[in-house]
Amino acid sequence: MIRDLKLAVRAGGGFGLALAFFLIVVVLVPFGVGPEREVLARIAPGILWVAALLAALLSLDRMFALDHEDGSLTLLATGPLPLEAVALGKALVHWATTGLPLVVIAPLLGILLSLPGPAVLPLLVSLAVGTPALSMIGAFGAALTVGLKRGGLLMSLLVLPLYVPTLVFGAEVVRRGGEGLGVAVPLAMLGGITLGAFAVLPFATAAALRVNLR
Amino acid sequence: MSARLGVAGLAVERGGLAVLEGVSFGVPAGRALILRGPNGVGKTTLLRVLAGLQKPLAGRVEAAPDDIAYASHADGIKATLSVAENLQFWAGIHGTGVPDGVYDLFDLADLRGREAGTLSSGQKRRLGLARLAVIDRPIWLLDEPTISLDRQSVTRFAEFLTQHHLARGGIAVIATHIDLGIEAETLDLTAFRARRAGADGSDGAFL
Amino acid sequence: MSIWEYANPKKFMATTAPAVPWLFALGIGAIVVALVWGFFFTPADYRQGATVKIIYLHVPSAMLAINAWLMMLVASLIWLVRRHHVSALAAKAAAPVGITMTLIALMTGAIWGQPMWGTWWVWDPRLTSFLILFLFYLGYVALWSAIEDPDTAADLTSILCIVGSVFAVLSRYAVNFWTQGLHQGASLSLDAKENVADVFYQPLLLAIAGFILLFLALVLLRTRTEIRWRRVRALDLRARRD
Repeated sequence: MIRDLKLAVRAGGGFGLALAFFLIVVVLVPFGVGPEREVLARIAPGILWVAALLAALLSLDRMFALDHEDGSLTLLATGPLPLEAVALGKALVHWATTGLPLVVIAPLLGILLSLPGPAVLPLLVSLAVGTPALSMIGAFGAALTVGLKRGGLLMSLLVLPLYVPTLVFGAEVVRRGGEGLGVAVPLAMLGGITLGAFAVLPFATAAALRVNLR
Repeated sequence: MSARLGVAGLAVERGGLAVLEGVSFGVPAGRALILRGPNGVGKTTLLRVLAGLQKPLAGRVEAAPDDIAYASHADGIKATLSVAENLQFWAGIHGTGVPDGVYDLFDLADLRGREAGTLSSGQKRRLGLARLAVIDRPIWLLDEPTISLDRQSVTRFAEFLTQHHLARGGIAVIATHIDLGIEAETLDLTAFRARRAGADGSDGAFL
Repeated sequence: MSIWEYANPKKFMATTAPAVPWLFALGIGAIVVALVWGFFFTPADYRQGATVKIIYLHVPSAMLAINAWLMMLVASLIWLVRRHHVSALAAKAAAPVGITMTLIALMTGAIWGQPMWGTWWVWDPRLTSFLILFLFYLGYVALWSAIEDPDTAADLTSILCIVGSVFAVLSRYAVNFWTQGLHQGASLSLDAKENVADVFYQPLLLAIAGFILLFLALVLLRTRTEIRWRRVRALDLRARRD
C-alpha cells in the first residue's frame, strides 16, 4: 500500500528539484565566504547539513496539499488505511525522493567544500540516519498547515525550530568525524531523534490531518 | 452484503453554528435515501458526519465505519495517473481488485490508458463514481453524484446504482437536486433546520 | 465544587473580573518597590559592579518566559482532553506575554553581557535555548493567527505546543552538547548551597513575585478579551442565521 502511495506521489512530484536546490546552495557558499580551503573545510559540515535541511523543506508543502485539493485526502481518511499509516507512508516517500538522493550526492558536494577525507563517511552515515527525521517532522508541519492558502511560509516557521536538534547532532557527527574524534554519542542521539520522530509524529500528524479535514 | 444505517437525534454544525438538529432516520439494506433541501441547509455536512469526518454535536450514527464509502464533490483523481492507475490505486488501498466490468459500466473502456488530467469534467466524475464500484463497500454516501454528468450518464449511473448496488443489499444516501429516477425514500432536511436558541454549535458556551 | 466550573466562560468572567485590577496593582507595586529597593538600596557587586542590578529584570522575565510556555502546554492538554474553551483561549492569551518575557530576558541579557563578557551576544547554551524558545513562540502565535476557525486553530496549536515542547527540551540538550557556556549557573535554586547573596536575594524575590502577579493579570485580561471576542463572534453568527 505504501507502494501505491509512492506511485501517486512520484507522479506528481518534482523529483530532481530538491537535489538541484541542494547543489545550488552548496555552490553559493564559497562565493559568500571566499575560496580558502581551510575556511571551507571548517564550515563544510554545517553548510552541508543546513543545505540538506533547506532542500528537504522545499518540497514539504506539496506533501498533503495536492491530496487535499483534489479530495483524495478525504477519501483516504474514510478508507481502511489509518491516517497514521498514510502519514508514515508520505514521510517515507518524501525521504525516498529527497533525503535519499541527498545522501548519495552529499559526498560529491563535500569535495566542493574541501570536506576533510575522514569526515566523508560520517557525513554519509549522519545524513542517512538524520534525514528521515527531517521528512517525518516535515510531514507534521505540512499536516498542520494543509488547509491554509499560503501555508508554505508558515510551515517553514513551524518546522525549522523543530529541526534544531537534528541539525546540531547531524553536523556534530560530521565535525567530530573530520577531527578524528569519537562519533558514537552524537550519532546515537541522532538515531534516537529519528526513531522517536517515527514513533510519535505519525500520530500527531494524523491528528492534525483529522482536524484539518473537519 | 447486509448493512444497516441508522441515525438518531443527530445535530450537526458548520462553521461553529448548528445547522441541523433532531435528524433521525433508518435505511434498511437494499434501499436508498435521497436528501433534499435548499443550498446551505446542511446536506454535505450531514454526509460528512455520517462518513465520520466530523463529529456530531449530538446524537449518534449507527453504522460500521468500515462499511462506508464516501464520495465528495471532489473526485480524488490524480491528474498524472491514467484512468486505470487511478482505480488500481484505490483498489490497492482498500485491498480489493478492479473488476473487469467497471470500465464498461461507466463508459470508460476507451479511456483506460488516458491520463486522468486530460479528461473532461464529466469523464472525471464517471471515474470518481467508478471508484465506488472498485472499493466494494455496502453504504454509499454520495454528495451530488450527478454534477457535470449528461443525461445519458445519469441514467446509466441510476441503473448501476439500482442493479449493482441496491439489488445486492447495498445502501445509498444521496444528496441531490435532480430526479435520478430511482425508487427511493426522500428526506427533506428543511424540517430539521436548527432553530432553537441554545443550539449554537461549539460557540454555544459563550452565549 | 469542582475546579472545572471555572472553565465555563460565564463563571470565569464573573470570577476574574474583580481580580484583574488587584493583580495589576499588586504586581506593578511589587515590581516598582523591588526595582527601587534593588537599584538604590543594595550595594554594587564586588565583581560585577552596578551592572548586577539588571538581575531584577533579567531573572524574573527569564523564569516567566519558560513558565508561560509550561502554562500553555498544560492549557493545551486540558483543551485536547476536556474541551474547555477557556483553557484554549488562556493558552492563546499567554503566548504574546511569553514572547515579551523572552524578549525582555534576551535583551537584558545582552545589556548585561556587554560589560561582563565584552559582547552583546554569545552562542551560549542558555542564550541559544532562549532564542530557540523565542522561535517556538513565534511559530505558535503565527499558527493561531493563520487559521480562521477558532476551534480548528485551538486544536492545531495545542498539538503544535505539545510536539514543540518535546523538541524544545531536545533542543536544550542538543545545545548543551554543542557548546560550553559562559553563563553562570542558576541564580536561584532551592537545593543549591550558594545562591546569590542575601542583599540581592530579597528584592529579587519581590521582583519575581511582582512579575508573576503582572503575568497573571495580563493573561487574565487577555483571556477575558478573547472570551469577549468569541462571544461577539457567536452572537454575530447567530444574528446572521436568524
